[in-house]
Amino acid sequence: MFTVILLMLSGAFLGYIFRNQGIQKIHKLITPLIWLLLFLLGISVGNNEAIMKGMGTIGIDAFIITFGAMSVSVLGAWGLYLFLHKFKSSKRQK
Amino acid sequence: MRGSIIIILFFVVGVFCSFYKLFPTWILDSDLSLYALWALMFCVGISVGADTKALTNIRYIRKGYIILPLITIIGTLLGSALVSPFLPKYTLSECMAVGSGFGYYSLSSIFITQYKGAELGTIALISNIIREITTLLFTPVLVYSFGKLAPISCGGATTMDTTLPIISRYSGKEFAVVAIFHGVTVDLTVPFLVTFFATR
Repeated sequence: MFTVILLMLSGAFLGYIFRNQGIQKIHKLITPLIWLLLFLLGISVGNNEAIMKGMGTIGIDAFIITFGAMSVSVLGAWGLYLFLHKFKSSKRQK
Repeated sequence: MRGSIIIILFFVVGVFCSFYKLFPTWILDSDLSLYALWALMFCVGISVGADTKALTNIRYIRKGYIILPLITIIGTLLGSALVSPFLPKYTLSECMAVGSGFGYYSLSSIFITQYKGAELGTIALISNIIREITTLLFTPVLVYSFGKLAPISCGGATTMDTTLPIISRYSGKEFAVVAIFHGVTVDLTVPFLVTFFATR
């Protein structure tokens, strides 16, 4: 966790220093890295017999809990987004 | 939308290759995915740092969005509690313990296996993997339908590492700061909330 945060911060520092040298082009690397990590995640799921077999009955129960947990928090985040958006724009009009 | 489909394809091809032994699995024993994640974090850091607009926006973002982790935690616990009547096999607090993983599947499944046994531990593992995968796959759709904060809440504890790049890509670089703050905060609550609900 600390390695990851340190990498982020040093990247941000370098990015800020070299911001006028076209370093923004590095974002083109981000998408292929996401693809690679998703492929590797797939490899590890397909290789895990417990997960593949469990996808049946246990998977459905797990999905139901995830669905409930995610949908209510997404609705909350949507509410906050709409509230702040409206609040911001009405403030600007004054 | 196209972004999601390409990501689904990479994941599905990975599962297929691995399940039918078309791909050497020694790659899982190597640290390739760790290094790929590090490279990703470094690139995301550079793109955040190079964008001065994102840096100047930080102070505006912090004010209202600081309560987002609280909304995620309350929403997740409430949602897990609401679906528990549909799962008569498990109690209310067991469902909330699984939900308290917030996508942090490695830690939460180990904890729950210890307190509640392997079955609920496996449910926690799959449930929280689903949460992470769903966030990775549906972030473009979530941003389009429910605004730029939706994938951050959806990602739970994963928004400071694994789901950060995709959120940064689709919600915007200025939301990477919100995602990191959110991920770190939610991440810290995982061991406490899981233990609390699993021991009730």
